[in-house]
Amino acid sequence: MDFAGYEGTAPQPSPDQIKSAKILLAGGFGVGKTTLVGSVSEITPLTTEAVMTAASRGVDEIADVPDKTTTTVAMDFGRITIAADLILYLFGTPGQTRFWFMWDELNRGAIGAIVLVDTRRLTDSFSSIDFFEDRKVPYVVAVNLFDQAPRHDPEEIRDALTLPADVPLVLCDARNRESSKQVLITLVEYVMAVHLYGRSAVGSGRNVG
Amino acid sequence: MDEDREDPRGALVRPYAVTRGRTEPARDIAIEAILVTTFRGRQEAMYAGRDKHNIAMMCDGRPQSLAEVAARMRMPLGVTRVLVSDMTVDGLLSLHETLDEENYDDRLDMLERVLSGLRRL
Repeated sequence: MDFAGYEGTAPQPSPDQIKSAKILLAGGFGVGKTTLVGSVSEITPLTTEAVMTAASRGVDEIADVPDKTTTTVAMDFGRITIAADLILYLFGTPGQTRFWFMWDELNRGAIGAIVLVDTRRLTDSFSSIDFFEDRKVPYVVAVNLFDQAPRHDPEEIRDALTLPADVPLVLCDARNRESSKQVLITLVEYVMAVHLYGRSAVGSGRNVG
Repeated sequence: MDEDREDPRGALVRPYAVTRGRTEPARDIAIEAILVTTFRGRQEAMYAGRDKHNIAMMCDGRPQSLAEVAARMRMPLGVTRVLVSDMTVDGLLSLHETLDEENYDDRLDMLERVLSGLRRL
């Protein structure tokens, strides 16, 4: 039981309807997902764990009962109260392929996704990009500029990722609140444009930042 | 909770004991769906067991998502979903809408509100 994180707020009368929305944040291990969540969240990022059970076969033939292995998938998330009746959540999702079974649940109803990229490990983000393309989830790519990372031309990164022309690419510093905020704004603007005009009409080669 | 970590099964088995072994929620609840304790929940949750009582106190006047309830209760998401789902069926918690149910115009309206909210941050 952990009541920390309320940050001293007293109970308030709640509006009759409180809508909530979510944005997904994907990317390889250590790319700065939790840092980005923390820089914009009004609460200290929380972690929720989904326990998954997978049957493993052929390991132990002695037992008649199928052996079960459990995997715990951790997701860090933060919260931004837009208004008393509208709350936005930002979920950092595991980027590894073997956790994708839970992404479909996460995708459902999501505004869209941010693929956070480290230029030193570009290949880590291929699978996330493929996944969102495949599921038709609107996404933007945010390149986290680590201090020691080599600086690339955004066009080079776009080419290396073979990013479709309409998908915005943003340079960011995940530690910086304003910078992270700009990534979220870019995503929502893009989602609105796609929503209104369709993907093919949104345009090409939009690099921001 | 510490002893749970020594037994790798503990993390799975113990929480589902809380739900009397049930792993399927009575109704599906999105991870970001907001839960608020109802008037009835404020009066009656204390008789529904310790976990439900704690959840009712947590969501009383402080809207919390399913994910937040799970994180603060330190329970896996699936277990929390079963408990919370029972509580909404019993009228102890109100469950609020997510984007999943939105039509085109409502979704656009929501996106505009999110955008202006983010710009104000």
